[in-house]
Amino acid sequence: MKTYLIEIKLNGEWQKAEVTAKETLLEVLRNKLGATEVKNGCGKGDCGSCAVIFNGKAVNSCLTLALQANGKEVTTLKGIGTEDRPHPLQKSFVQHGAIQCGFCTAGMIVSAKALLDRNSKPSRDVIREAISGNLCRCTGYKKIINAIQGGALESKL
Amino acid sequence: MNEIDYITPKNLEEVFRAVEKKKRKIKFIAGCTNVIPYMRGEAISPELLIDLSSLENLNYIREENGIIAIGALTTISKLTASEIIRNQSPILFSAASLLGNPLTRNRATIGGNLADASPAADMAPPLLALEAFVHTKRGEGEGREISLDKFFLGPNKTVLAEDEIITHITFSKPKDSARGIYIKLGFRNSMAISVVSIALMIEMEGKVCQKARVALGAVSPTPIRVYRLEKNLEGKEIDQEIIQECSVILKEEISPISDIRASAEYRKLATSVLFKRAIQEVLKGEKT
Repeated sequence: MKTYLIEIKLNGEWQKAEVTAKETLLEVLRNKLGATEVKNGCGKGDCGSCAVIFNGKAVNSCLTLALQANGKEVTTLKGIGTEDRPHPLQKSFVQHGAIQCGFCTAGMIVSAKALLDRNSKPSRDVIREAISGNLCRCTGYKKIINAIQGGALESKL
Repeated sequence: MNEIDYITPKNLEEVFRAVEKKKRKIKFIAGCTNVIPYMRGEAISPELLIDLSSLENLNYIREENGIIAIGALTTISKLTASEIIRNQSPILFSAASLLGNPLTRNRATIGGNLADASPAADMAPPLLALEAFVHTKRGEGEGREISLDKFFLGPNKTVLAEDEIITHITFSKPKDSARGIYIKLGFRNSMAISVVSIALMIEMEGKVCQKARVALGAVSPTPIRVYRLEKNLEGKEIDQEIIQECSVILKEEISPISDIRASAEYRKLATSVLFKRAIQEVLKGEKT
């Protein structure tokens, strides 16, 4: 199988990987670069659990070829905040009880972060729209929307 | 498993050089929101992927001398952020806002949506109603300018040659008096594939309809314009009787299939309801 050497600026650090033309960014992030915080859900763009920020925009990493990320910047959940240094959005998700099984959370926070980066005070409708590509099968969306609103307030402090 | 090569040309010359050199099954790719699921499902098995997404000069929205031009590589989210699109072609704007979801809109391109030629392609009905042209290029020669209503041949089939790419899409800015609407019927708001979609544009003079353009998605092997319906509206005062006549014509003109999303019978009924809803909305005078 023909492979290509690519370089991705993953959460601020340049990383190399050998990939084939068919491999998706999701597969390479999880299997070759250890970024298992990016979740593999439906694999066809329906659920948003694999969302990452790609050149400033939230996208499904399952619908992006790894080769298309060559030389580009990718931010995953860990690039937004870590356990030691959580982002206000992450704290807000915990405070608002916006997590049940947690599988959608990484993608939700990625979509929310991309939103807050361009709109620091989104209305509930704008939040709904921004996370409309992210499915949660546990809680319903009310607490998630509350958490994003709370996170928006915290981020500004 | 077959070998797949990948290249990412920086300009059109590089694209066509790559096409000439490699006598293999090629697939042009950009946003990949359809191509990746196709490859995984082995619906396509290309040997060379030519990634057009680095062709920055095919990524633009311009308005010049009453013509709106959109580069093929323009993402759907760029359309939804464009003042030109919002103000000059609201039906294209609303169709763009309803395509997929924010994550897919950040990747999917207008050229890709047309080239993919899904009968349910969201960009097709509004662009058909706007009487858009698809501009293409193949090798060093002159490009083609194809009226969009001559572009689609069947599900996932277009008049494009294997080595021909869409460079841009153009349409005339609608008259100020034109009113339009795009309605999409799907199962959820986000990420829904249309069960039926309709784009309607009319120009009224007083109570008389001067010009009507009606296009439908997901009810025929390709997105279609409904010429007989348009003729039945033009030159007339649109009243309940005409609308009723039109909804009968509509059922005769479409040939929907039954699939996982809806039965053919349901699609026929829904199309006629959507048409009535669309024309009543537009006659109310809202410029949507």
